Amino acid sequence: MVVNLDMSKPPIAAQNILTQFGTNIIHENLSFEVSRSEIVGLVGGSGAGKSVLLNTLLGLKEPEGGQVLYFGHDRDKLSADQRRLINNEMGVLFQGGALFSSLTVRENIMVPLREHTKLPLKLMRELADMKINMVGLPANSATLYPSDLSGGMKKRAGLARSLALDPTLLFLDEPTAGLDPIGASAFDQLILGLREALDLTVLMITHDLDSLFTICDRVAVLVDKQIAIADSLPNVLEFDHDWVREYFGGPRARAALLNKA
Amino acid sequence: MMNLEQSQTIQSQTLQSPAFDVDVDGDVLRVNAKGHWTLQQIGEVYEPFSKAVEGQTFRHVDFDFKDLTGLDTAGAFVLASAIKNPDQANSDWSILSGSKGRETLMQVAADATVGTPPLKHRMWFDAFERLGKSTVRFCTETVDTLAFLGRFTTVLVRQLLNPRQIRWKSIVALIEDVGLNAAPIIMVLSFFIGAVIAFMGSNLLASFGAQIFMVDLVGFSVLREFAVLITAIMLAGRSDSAFTAQIGAMKMRQEVDAMQVIGLDRYETLVVPRAIACLVSAPILTFAAMMSGLAGGMIVAWFGPTDISPILFFARLREAIPITNFWVGMVKAPFFALIIAVVGCRQGLAVTGSVESLGSRTTTSVVQAIFSVIVMDAIFAMLFLEMGI
Repeated sequence: MVVNLDMSKPPIAAQNILTQFGTNIIHENLSFEVSRSEIVGLVGGSGAGKSVLLNTLLGLKEPEGGQVLYFGHDRDKLSADQRRLINNEMGVLFQGGALFSSLTVRENIMVPLREHTKLPLKLMRELADMKINMVGLPANSATLYPSDLSGGMKKRAGLARSLALDPTLLFLDEPTAGLDPIGASAFDQLILGLREALDLTVLMITHDLDSLFTICDRVAVLVDKQIAIADSLPNVLEFDHDWVREYFGGPRARAALLNKA
Repeated sequence: MMNLEQSQTIQSQTLQSPAFDVDVDGDVLRVNAKGHWTLQQIGEVYEPFSKAVEGQTFRHVDFDFKDLTGLDTAGAFVLASAIKNPDQANSDWSILSGSKGRETLMQVAADATVGTPPLKHRMWFDAFERLGKSTVRFCTETVDTLAFLGRFTTVLVRQLLNPRQIRWKSIVALIEDVGLNAAPIIMVLSFFIGAVIAFMGSNLLASFGAQIFMVDLVGFSVLREFAVLITAIMLAGRSDSAFTAQIGAMKMRQEVDAMQVIGLDRYETLVVPRAIACLVSAPILTFAAMMSGLAGGMIVAWFGPTDISPILFFARLREAIPITNFWVGMVKAPFFALIIAVVGCRQGLAVTGSVESLGSRTTTSVVQAIFSVIVMDAIFAMLFLEMGI
């Protein structure tokens, strides 16, 4: 049961992905990769297949063609045990937090710990509390149930759960959607801080132009069934494509850009 | 997390176990951590490390990470427990020979505060507390049900007086679901119940040479009790649970709130159509159940050891069972239907945000519905006894 995690290889890469539902082709010849320790923002119009791509990268959906590589390993060639080990290196924050509603926040964070480690219960509890602290939730939220939390707190709790096993690779699905600007920028800073402390590699789907401008090292644009460009923001802004120009040339984008400058 | 070397092999068994040396030099505690201080292995050193640090007096901690091969938040957390003093401020600390990443990690761990675990002490009077709570819950539940019933009745009467307001479309769709789709299973069940009664009766009565009375037995029991009870219990299991789950899911997804804001009355749109659908379906289903129950009895009588022909069966039925028995059964159907609709809708509307409450409300709903149906049936039995029917 050995996996060689070659840290010089990209933690996640997609090669020539083909996704289709019936005759409706969502992705065709889609390739891109996320390098170690970078934060990549994935943008694309509604219905362009961002969430489908995320599911494909996570292994929740098998693509109709092409490969997904984790640390240079073809996912299809990994044994079940190897898959499990690599899965522990990945954390996901789903859009609504996807917290288990019958468990408290602390218990939610303890779920992956209970499942994949053999730690004493007291230590697990303390580690869960530490994660709660790390994502900036008050200590008393440990015993609250998800239904008692606000939207922003749910996202933070979801993030704490995704960090439970100290993943190398973190997927975020619209982390700042539905948060007020203060909460959203605090969340952005949180991601930056965690990246520094935990040396995370982050792939985030986002529509939040402020997040794209502030924290993303690269922006990948999903348009016309492919990743048209995945590059640093100035280069993406220069990119010659109608949709990209409209996306980054709109009044909101200009405001965000001004803000940054 | 593997934030160090170029290449890293994860292997669950053969990773280098974490180890440590602790020694105190004046005010300084020197911690020499070796091996892999990560989540999978940290359980091995957690307690030994806490014990080694406990009881030592020091002001400053030096962490030596020279021989450390791996560190993640769990490892950092355990190491940082050395600098946390329960009563006073944290000790100073520094890292000898460690990377920047590890320092940040240790800083995060040092800053983390651990919430106190919830206190759980059991007391001898806990049982009384639970008893009190469940009594209060029972009372509020009763009051709420009565309030719901009152509100429902006013809306129902208002709608019946003004039939234009009634939502016929949704009622028809519900009748299909509650009535038509339930008919096969209810008829099959009732057929078998009728057959079983006939079979038991014929065996028992044959010892007196009074086989013909099995017709009375089947007729009485199916018409008066079984047909309507089977119908009600099946409706409780099938439709009542569906009502609770549907309305509960709508409640969870804020659809009910949206309806209220738009100005749709939840009783008018959700409860009354379901109640009317049940009121219409239950008597029809009961009638179908009676017929198939009698058919079951008749088949056993005909082909079984008693050899009573259908002609004889019906002749005896007409002679022995007055029509009142049929009405006794039928008259109960609408009452049971109302109980089922009201309980199902009320429990559905009582669902709160969590998945757990949806589950428990659905359970409660079915249990309450069947319980109330049987209690109601007993009340009817006493009434009819007093009235001599």
